[in-house]
Order: sequence, then C-alpha cells, then structure tokens
Amino acid sequence: MFDTLIIMLDATLRVSTPLILAALAGLYSERAGIVDIGLEGKILGSAFAAAAGAAIFGSAWIGLACGIAASVVLAMIHGFACITHRGDHIVSGVAINTIVAGLTVTLGLDWFGMGGQTPTLSGDQRFTDITLPFADALRDVPVIGQIYSNLLSGHNIIVYLAFLMVPVTYWVIYKTRFGLRLRAVGENPHAVDTAGISVAWIRYRALIVCGILCGIAGAYLSTAHNAGFLKDMSAGKGYMALAALIFGKWRPVPVMFACLLFGFLDAVAVRLQGVVIPGMGEVPVQLIEVLPYVLTVLLLAGFIGKAVAPKAVGRPYLKERA
Amino acid sequence: MSQAKVPVWVNVGLIPFINIVLAFLVSGLVFVAIGQNPIEAAGYLVYGAFGYDEGIGYTLYYATNFIFTGLAVSVAFKAGLFNIGGEGQAYIGGLGVGLVCLSLDHSMPFIVIMPLAIIAAALFGAAWAYVPAYLQARRGSHIVITTIMFNFIASSLMVYLMVNWLKEKTGMAPNSRTFEENAWMPYLHNMLTPLGIDIGDSPLNGAFILALVCCVLVWVLIWHTRWGYQLRTLGTNPTAAKYAGIDTAKVTIWVMLISGGLAGFVGINEIMGVNHSLLLNFTAGYGFAGIAVSLMGRNHPIGIVLAAVLFGALYQGGAELAFEIPSITPEVVVVIQGLVILFCGALEHMFKGRIEGFFIRRAAAQEK
Repeated sequence: MFDTLIIMLDATLRVSTPLILAALAGLYSERAGIVDIGLEGKILGSAFAAAAGAAIFGSAWIGLACGIAASVVLAMIHGFACITHRGDHIVSGVAINTIVAGLTVTLGLDWFGMGGQTPTLSGDQRFTDITLPFADALRDVPVIGQIYSNLLSGHNIIVYLAFLMVPVTYWVIYKTRFGLRLRAVGENPHAVDTAGISVAWIRYRALIVCGILCGIAGAYLSTAHNAGFLKDMSAGKGYMALAALIFGKWRPVPVMFACLLFGFLDAVAVRLQGVVIPGMGEVPVQLIEVLPYVLTVLLLAGFIGKAVAPKAVGRPYLKERA
Repeated sequence: MSQAKVPVWVNVGLIPFINIVLAFLVSGLVFVAIGQNPIEAAGYLVYGAFGYDEGIGYTLYYATNFIFTGLAVSVAFKAGLFNIGGEGQAYIGGLGVGLVCLSLDHSMPFIVIMPLAIIAAALFGAAWAYVPAYLQARRGSHIVITTIMFNFIASSLMVYLMVNWLKEKTGMAPNSRTFEENAWMPYLHNMLTPLGIDIGDSPLNGAFILALVCCVLVWVLIWHTRWGYQLRTLGTNPTAAKYAGIDTAKVTIWVMLISGGLAGFVGINEIMGVNHSLLLNFTAGYGFAGIAVSLMGRNHPIGIVLAAVLFGALYQGGAELAFEIPSITPEVVVVIQGLVILFCGALEHMFKGRIEGFFIRRAAAQEK
C-alpha cells in the first residue's frame, strides 16, 4: 500500500512539472494584465523546437535553448498584438495555439519526414534522471528512506527546477520592485503610468518571463518526460495550467498545490485504468480525468471560495492623449 | 468627430481586405520556408477546391460546418461574449442527433426523425452552453474560461458514453452501430438527380440547406427584431443596455443558448449527414475554426458564408495539396487558419490608425 502511494506520488511529481511551469508562466502574464490562453501553443511550440534542436545538435541543453527561444518568440507575438496594437487577448491566444498546432506538424514533416514527429531522442539528447546524494544508501531505511530515495530522488533536473521556481516566483512577485510594478500594472495601469513607468515595457518583460517558463515546460515534455516530439503532445496541458492558475487564485504557492492536485488526479486515473471494483464494475476513469475542469468551474461559480482575477486583466492600456 | 470623415468602405472593406492579404502573404512565406512554391501550392489548392464537381461538393460540405460554428461565434460576439466552447457544444449536439437516430431509426420514417434530430442538436448544444452562460450572467465567472473547461468536460463525457454505453457490442472501435438509412440526411447529389442535375458524389448533404436557413434566421434575429437590438446594445455598451432597462443577464443567457444550438448543428452535418453513426472526435476543430470564420466574416451572415466557403476550400484544397505534394501535410491549412485569426482578429488595429489617418487628411485637404 505504502509502495503504491510512493509510486503514485512519484508519478504526480512528473505529471505536475509542466503544469507548474506553465501555470507560473501564466501567473506572470496575468498578474501583469495579459490574459494568456496561448500557454498551450507555447508549450507545444517549445516541445517541438526543443526536440528538433536536441535531435539536430545532439544536446538536450541546446534543445532547451531552442524551446525557450521559440516560446519567447510566440510570447512576443502575443505582446505585439495585445500590448502594442491593443488587440483582443483571447483572439491572439487562440491564433497562437492554432498556428503552432499546424506549424509544428508542417515543419516536422518537412525537416524529419516522419509524419510530423521528430526522431526518437536518446543519450545526451534527453534530460536524464538525477540520483540525489545518498539515495542508494538510504533506500532500505523505512518510510523516510523510501520517500527520499524513491519519491524525491531520481527525477530529471527540470522537475527540481519547476519546484524551485515556486519560491523564486513568490520572491519575484511579492518582494522585488519588478514584482510590485508587475502587480500594479495588472491592477491599475494608470497609477503605474502616472509614476512615470512604462506600462508596455513591464508587460513585455512579464511576457518574456512567461515565454521562458513555457519554453522549459515544453522542453520537459519532449526531451525529458518523453523521447521526442509527437503531434499535439501538449494535449491540453496549457489549458489545465490555466485552470490551475485560477484554482490557485493567481498566487504562486496555491497554484503549485493546484497543479499537484491535478497531477495527482491524473496519476490516479492512469492507475485505475481498467481496474474493476467489486459491485461497482469498472472505474469510470473519465470521471477522474474531468475533475480538474469541474473543480475549476465550481470555483469560478463561487461554490468553493472565490476567484478574483487581477483587475486590469484582458484590458488593453491606452495612454491618454492630449 | 473625425471618425465620420472616414468612408464606410474603408472600415468594412479595405482594412479587412488588407489584413486578409497579409495573412495569405505570411502563409506564402510558410510555404517558401518548407521549400515549396506558394503559387504552385495555391494552384493545387484552388483546383482541389473548385476544379471539379466532387471537389466543389467537398468544399461546400466543409463549409457547412464552418457556417454553423462561425454563426455560433458571431452571435455571441455581437452581444460582446466570446464563446470559445463551440467545439464542446458541437460535440454534445452531435450526441443529441445520434441518440435520436439510434432510438428511432427502426420505428420512425425520415420525415419524423429529421425534425426531431434538428431539435435535439439545438437543444443539446444549447444545454451545453447554458451552464457557462448562467455562470457568466448570474455569478460573474468569465465565460471564456468556463467554455474552455466545458470543451474538456464534453470530450471526457463523450469518451465515457461511447466506451461504456453506446459502443457497438461487436466492434472494438468506440463507434455506435450504423443508423438505418431512414435516419440519414439525404445527400445533395441524390436530391438533385431526380431533377436531372448531376453534381458528382460528395458528402454534401441536406445540412447545407439548414446552414443557409440559419444564416437568414440569424440575420433577421439580430438586425430586424427588438430582441436583436437588445443583443447588439449589450454588445456595444453593456452599461447603456442596463440603463435602458434591458435585462442583460437574461439576454446573455439567451444569446449563449442560440450560439450553442447553432454549434450543435454540426452534429446534423457530421453524424446524420456523413458518418451515419455516433463516433469520437467528429468535431475535429470546427468549433475553434468558427472563431476564424466569424472574424473574417466580420460577424455578418453574408461574410460568414463567404469566409466559410473559403475555409471549406482550404480544407478540401489542403487535402488535394497533400495528395499532390506528399511532403506537405493537410495541417498546413491550420497554419493559414491561425494566421487569419492573428491578422484579422488580434492585429486588426495594426493599420487602422494609419489608413484612417490617410483618409481623414485627404478629406480635410479637399475641404480647403
């Protein structure tokens, strides 16, 4: 029983990693007042660029750099449309998701000729699992040793990075000048403008951070969690991260727990696939899979707490002209 | 105001046209990037879509779906609502159609099944839009997020229903049994044969006529009824609408019900018209494409029909293109679709200021 729990929590960490990265990416963006439903597209674009980069240059790190670059470019397109030209944030996000869904397959087929996939990655082309110090020695210690060796140890570096980003984000958002301005831009851009700070530049910087984090999330999917790019491999993770962002009420630590909860539900669903409970029949796995979305809707409806978005979110900022 | 000096045709015609041209130019660059001649590719596209009878039939068959989802998005747009859940509403609408056909095809004639299936498509689609609409109107939760969530919920629900309840017992694939022929929406080529018109075999079916009827109804509803006026007021200025005594919550809910119902009609075309059985993933992105169609069609039924035919042509032509040049995937049309959303939607103001400025200056110069 305990072993099963460890295995499921281990799976939870792996599934939650891209969600945490993407949800934090969305946090930077939305706290600065930019709605980003393009998380999905950025993850997918980065997953493709990372796998392609890793396959061509033979290094997962170069792949990661390619992934981040692709994702930042997409974030800048979003910024160009939403900040510079005051376009609709949702429309721009949908456009990015659609373009990426088509472009990854189109380029993939042209570059690798494998029906839109990238070649299978191996060795240095992937991020491999890290064994934490003393993990092997402690493996036989009951409970603590098992938790340390089997649950905490043995993940790739991006998993640790994702969890490290949670306190880092907390610090940036709440303890730095940039974070204060970023939150102010999301709540009351006029006040920031009056103070002589460029609203547009803060928002662009928030989107760059958003792009970097989504880039890491995408690279994780194709070069760490899996061994290569598959068509539509982001499979709604960007939207689920968006749900987690709302569920965590736009705050870093609760957002992380929301991602862990959604990741755990996913692990449970995978675990219970095809399991028959006596008297009830087969477990309806879809019911568990759908819970993150149902919970988010219930939250939005005000049935569990209340989710209040940053006040200026989704509104273009128009500097008054004389 | 200076706005008045800009000729109408600039805002309705010139600026959207420039945006579309830009979207296609960038699409051309994508073809260049993968080492293809964009002119040659466009040639295959146009020939595949319009070059022969069957091709035209396929183009219009795809266009049917785009008309439904494009209308769905634009009705909501007109009221200032962004219904991004067309995908889920179409999916559940198809479920309604499938249930009617599966339960009645042994006992009822077509003339009974068809209206019931149409009603079911509308009711199921509308029902799926109702919860997000209610939450937006009464509890203030954002409709974009809730409709996205409902897309995923619809998808899981359909998998559950197909795998556990509706799957044909004998087969492995999660498909229902094929309907009896009296629950098939007749193909247009079969309808026209008795009249002596031969248009070649294609999946184009009676749903296309339904789509055109919907265009007229939406046009009448939005521009020629008191209720449509309320809807447009809500979309232009919610505060003014409230001030004028319009029950904005009620209008919001009704708009979304209509929007969802329109999206649900995709089920008539796909389930009753072509597949003749209930299956997974038949919506294939039509719901999202509806956003591009409505943006390009400027939220007007005539524009939507034109945009839908264009997107239908892209889908059909894209298939032809992938057949002629194997190193191109049909997905390349998804890129074009995305670029249209980007340039006609998100970047629609990019040239607006400059072009309007040009005409304002010209008008001012003429006055002197």
